[in-house]
Amino acid sequence: MNQLIDFVFVSVILFSIGIYGLVVKRNAVRMIFSIEIIANAANLNLIAFSRYIHNVEGQVFALFSIAIAAAEVAVALGIIIIAYRLYKQIDVEEFRSLKG
Amino acid sequence: MVDAYFVGVAILTIGTSILALESKELIYGAIALAISLLGIAGFFLLLDSTFVAMFQITVYVGAVAVLVIFTVMLVRTQDLFTIKDDKGRKVGGIILMLLIMGGIGAIFLVSGINNPMFGKPDSKPVDIVEIGKSMLTYYSPALIVLGLTLAGAVIGALALARREGLLKENESVN
Repeated sequence: MNQLIDFVFVSVILFSIGIYGLVVKRNAVRMIFSIEIIANAANLNLIAFSRYIHNVEGQVFALFSIAIAAAEVAVALGIIIIAYRLYKQIDVEEFRSLKG
Repeated sequence: MVDAYFVGVAILTIGTSILALESKELIYGAIALAISLLGIAGFFLLLDSTFVAMFQITVYVGAVAVLVIFTVMLVRTQDLFTIKDDKGRKVGGIILMLLIMGGIGAIFLVSGINNPMFGKPDSKPVDIVEIGKSMLTYYSPALIVLGLTLAGAVIGALALARREGLLKENESVN
């Protein structure tokens, strides 16, 4: 029988992998991958707690979260495409126009 | 104790999410990310949340992964594969990852949810009818706002990626 803590641990591991990707990678598409992994870790937590404390809200919030993540990916990929068109690359360290 | 299905899905999900970040070719990373998202859907099935699992497969594996793969194809150049990660930054990132893993993991280990009897573990799974009811009654304003947000985001993404002057270029070629 699986316990809540097992799912929480998988979620923590996925979250740490996502943070690693955000910190290390310079490729904008890979950063999107990292954000997706982090969002999924959060969703896994929501569903796991919803199952173990028998609560509907967890699943409803997970559905909302998935929909918002889809919108976010669409906008982020649009930004990446326009940045690629401007700079001819997707290395985030080369996007210097907005640098303070 | 965990069962074999859980271990299999966990290894699949974590392995492919590492592969998504570390694979040489970006397109293989995109495919690995899709498999990782499928693994998350497997966890949802394991947690008796079939509706959310199907939603996850439809939205993430069906839409987001395909969108990412198309973007990777659009921005595909040789430059993408020559980006080298900074060695020092990579080591720092791995140390940060282990610190977060250890820190949050230790907090959860000493917290109350480590108790096997946390919550109501033997309760029946949440009924799909309850999800529908709460979405259409109490959370209906949020659902409407969510729909508007999605429409706005898609229109915004299209407006961002629109290529201005394409018509003129084509006309001048002709």
